[in-house]
Amino acid sequence: MSNPPPLAPPLLAIEDLRVDYGAVRAVHGVSLHVAAGEVVALLGANGAGKSTILRTISGLLRPRAGQVQLDGAPIHRLPPARIVRLGIAHSPEGRRVFGNLTVAENLRLGATSRPDRDKVPADRERMYDLFPILRERMHQVAGTLSGGEQQMLALARALMAAPRLLLLDEPSLGIAPLIVRSIFATLGELKRQGTTMLLVEQNINVALGLADRAYVLRTGEVSLTGSATELRDNYERVAEAYLGARQ
Amino acid sequence: MSPGLYIAQQIINGVSLGSLYALVAIGLSLVFGILRMTNFAHGDMMMVGAFGALTLGAAGVPFELALLGGIAIGALTGVIVERVAYRPVRGAADVTLLLTSLAVTYILENLGILLFTSSPHDFPIPEWLDSSYEFSDGQITFTQVNVLTVVLTGISLSLLGWFVTRTDMGLGMRAAAEDMQAANLVGLDVNKLIVVAFALASGFAGLAGVLWAAQAGVVEPSMGFTPLLKAFVAAIIGGFGSIAGALLGGYLLGALEVFIVAFLPSELSPYRDAIVFSLLIAFLLFRPYGLLRTTREVKL
Ligand SMILES: Nc1ncnc2c1ncn2[C@@H]1O[C@H](COP(=O)(O)OP(=O)(O)OP(=O)(O)O)[C@@H](O)[C@H]1O
Ligand SMILES: [Mg+2]
Repeated sequence: MSNPPPLAPPLLAIEDLRVDYGAVRAVHGVSLHVAAGEVVALLGANGAGKSTILRTISGLLRPRAGQVQLDGAPIHRLPPARIVRLGIAHSPEGRRVFGNLTVAENLRLGATSRPDRDKVPADRERMYDLFPILRERMHQVAGTLSGGEQQMLALARALMAAPRLLLLDEPSLGIAPLIVRSIFATLGELKRQGTTMLLVEQNINVALGLADRAYVLRTGEVSLTGSATELRDNYERVAEAYLGARQ
Repeated sequence: MSPGLYIAQQIINGVSLGSLYALVAIGLSLVFGILRMTNFAHGDMMMVGAFGALTLGAAGVPFELALLGGIAIGALTGVIVERVAYRPVRGAADVTLLLTSLAVTYILENLGILLFTSSPHDFPIPEWLDSSYEFSDGQITFTQVNVLTVVLTGISLSLLGWFVTRTDMGLGMRAAAEDMQAANLVGLDVNKLIVVAFALASGFAGLAGVLWAAQAGVVEPSMGFTPLLKAFVAAIIGGFGSIAGALLGGYLLGALEVFIVAFLPSELSPYRDAIVFSLLIAFLLFRPYGLLRTTREVKL
């Protein structure tokens, strides 16, 4: 028999995902994928289900139906710690840094899942080069940092896991525009270095500026998808997909 | 007796009592910090540790080893209780966890009664421990048990301090206590951290139980009840869930109890516990987060 070789599966594939909170259905039948090296944006209004999808990928929530696959293998029944070890790091909505621990300790915990302990010091230095303010604040308790600094720390903490896929949940939320620009410049730098990202944002412009492709989510369903260039040129369609102006 | 020496003696007594409260309160706080659960069975780990040491002693094991055995038996019991009773109901309503821990208390105490009857047993201590140091012609006395209590508490707390500030697992435990989901997201194995928290907390309680029995000279199945309530007050004073808070609360409470008896009119002494529990109510009303803990809302 000579079957054609199968196409390599994408790094992350989500198929017909359904997620409930008790009786409330938050995600109904979403499919999306992220190929290695890609930056994919997941856009949508408040309550559209963006964070729910990220939490399900990370194993904090169990789907009611559907699949999450990494390299073609299902991961949606694994505990969060296993999923981090498989290479998915998650910088959560609202930053969620450990406020009682120092910046350095936060970074240290970001790397706890790694088997290659010997590479951790070099990566820590890389984080401090990427975000020099964190080096200055190294011994400061994270709870005393500004919102923007905490966002940088949340990002650096996730990167310390040396992930193959970085999940970012609204890194621009509640942060001054100038800092947002600086954070997205850093994300652009990471993209050039080949980091794969799934980026949740409400800030359409900065997200489409960084992403290769995007999905727009409305009340738990994908209402529009396309390349970032396409979507940038059709701002009205994006807004419509966002808010559901027309059925 | 000169007032200075009298005060010095009371400080010694307060530090010794406070050490025991601190040991028990820190365990309550460790478990509460990571599980948001008040473990009412915590006092029974004292009982288990003390009876463990008593049984080992009766079998001819020297006191020093029996004490270590009491700590180990306390820790092991805590780990078993977590696995068998608490883990299955984790994530259930708070009241379910509370009732479960009351049920565990009931079961452990009745097990104690079954094995050892409900009457107090003598707790023999070796000769070297049954002596005291005297200064200023006997006006200040350190009993050896007091010295042992303070020294072992100091060692345990230093080890705990090293653990929670220097090791990945200790830092992880503090991280999980602050934000369980974020701890999950950095890849910490939260189940393992909870087991370690129970082992540490219950080991401390086992140590406190042996020391308590050595001071009192007796052990009985209900011996954990009063120290548990006191540790609860200590933890609330310091800030429930905070390790440093439990430490501070334990020593403050020990000092307070000793000073109430030593310096207030003797008619007030019988009301010592009433005063202590009034303090608890005052804290719950006016400073529910205690002296050290600050509120931080965590939103999912
Ligand atoms: N813990 C929860 N319990 C019950 N319902 C929830 C919970 N979290 C979210 N939801 C509901 O699920 C839906 C999707 O929420 P989700 O947080 O995924 O939205 P989102 O797209 O991330 O929104 P935002 O941009 O505001 O963060 C919403 O209707 C929300 O009210
Ligand atoms: Mg969200």
